[in-house]
Amino acid sequence: MDAKMETRHLSFYYAAHQVLRSVDLKVKGNQITAFIGPSGCGKSTLLRVLNRMNDIIPGARAEGEVLLDGKSIYAPGVDVVELRKKVGMVFQQPNPFPKSIYDNVAFGPRVLGMREVSLDEVVERSLRAAALWDEVKDVLRKSGLALSGGQQQRLCIARALATEPEVLLMDEPCSALDPQSTLRIEELMHELKQRYTTVIVTHNMHQAARVSDWTGFLLLGELIEYGRTSDLFSRPQDRRTEDYITGRFG
Amino acid sequence: MPRESFNRHLRELQDDVLVLGSMVGKAIERSTEALKKRDLELARQVIADDGNINSKRFEIEEKCIELIITQQPMAGDLRIIVAVLNIVVDLERMGDHAEGNARIAVMIGDEPPLKPLIDLPRMAQKTVEMLHRSLDAFIERDGEAAKKVSDEDDEVDQLYDQVFRELLTFMAEDTRTISRATRLIWVAHNLERSADRVTNICERVVYVVTGKMEEMGVSKY
Repeated sequence: MDAKMETRHLSFYYAAHQVLRSVDLKVKGNQITAFIGPSGCGKSTLLRVLNRMNDIIPGARAEGEVLLDGKSIYAPGVDVVELRKKVGMVFQQPNPFPKSIYDNVAFGPRVLGMREVSLDEVVERSLRAAALWDEVKDVLRKSGLALSGGQQQRLCIARALATEPEVLLMDEPCSALDPQSTLRIEELMHELKQRYTTVIVTHNMHQAARVSDWTGFLLLGELIEYGRTSDLFSRPQDRRTEDYITGRFG
Repeated sequence: MPRESFNRHLRELQDDVLVLGSMVGKAIERSTEALKKRDLELARQVIADDGNINSKRFEIEEKCIELIITQQPMAGDLRIIVAVLNIVVDLERMGDHAEGNARIAVMIGDEPPLKPLIDLPRMAQKTVEMLHRSLDAFIERDGEAAKKVSDEDDEVDQLYDQVFRELLTFMAEDTRTISRATRLIWVAHNLERSADRVTNICERVVYVVTGKMEEMGVSKY
């Protein structure tokens, strides 16, 4: 399988506490990959490792390799800002900046030094890609915080898309949303598949089953099973996966 | 629905399948008995009782649908429910074949018998035995036992061959026997099809156990 991102023997520690244990994983390009597992299994850590979001946590360290298009993202000299431009992230709680809708989306491109003249275009394209344009095109100067929860999350997705990432990481992107907004985000993920590689962490197994092409099940920091979503949910190979997805523990 | 309650519902669902299997087994035995003993009353009873088999099938399907909606089952649980949905269709169809044979018994009425029925009851007995063992394999999650049952479909096919050849001889020797012999061929055909349905059930057992769908016991008919 040609991997957009890959981890090799990846172990991760918060000080003395090991949270990932030699994870080997290939994230396929233009597909949606989901990580599932009980709380504390390491799925969010694994997601955050993919764009070095854990770097700022004191005592955190990674062993093994994480590759983007075959190149290590932990190699000396890698520009983390440049990495996060390519590997964007959407968080659990919609977290728009206390700025206008326009400025939220324009934030990343501005930081990266994009010229003001082309910003309008970037903002429109990103909001369209996040399926929010029609709802906000007449109120772009309104505060991003004035939007509904579901709209705020789509605004955050638009903000992540504005820097034209190649990979989109989503950490429980729907857990704070109502079913209708959840559906919008899930549909959006499907539409974004054409252009982006998406990795999602979700507590909601049925969401993983609905949206993803590939699913990985983590338990106590170990990647227990990884395979096509349809296989993993209908005929898991590992007893522990079976027990978890049938609700017998976790 | 709490997990414990879901487990109980799953067990009840499987009990229901056993009940339906038992109703179908009885229908096959009684329709054969009606043919053998020319018991028209019994035949009419089998025909009337087929409605209960159909209702039971729908009842089980409704329960499956409810569990899918409310529990969104995954993995092994999902496979059990999918298997039940398929198995009840096969069982209900076997019930229809039994009803068909009861109707043939009524059709034959009090015509003089062509010959004493020996191989047809054997076919019925073998089919019912295979049916019960296939459902035992389902409950026990025993894929090997299911494969063994499926292989035994050949015995029913051989009996069918035998019945067919014998009845053909009757018809060749005396054309006045043609209509009576043809009806008995229909009976044999219904039994042969029923045994094929048992092999479908066996396939579902293997699916529940392994997650793989594979064709088993390909019948020559």
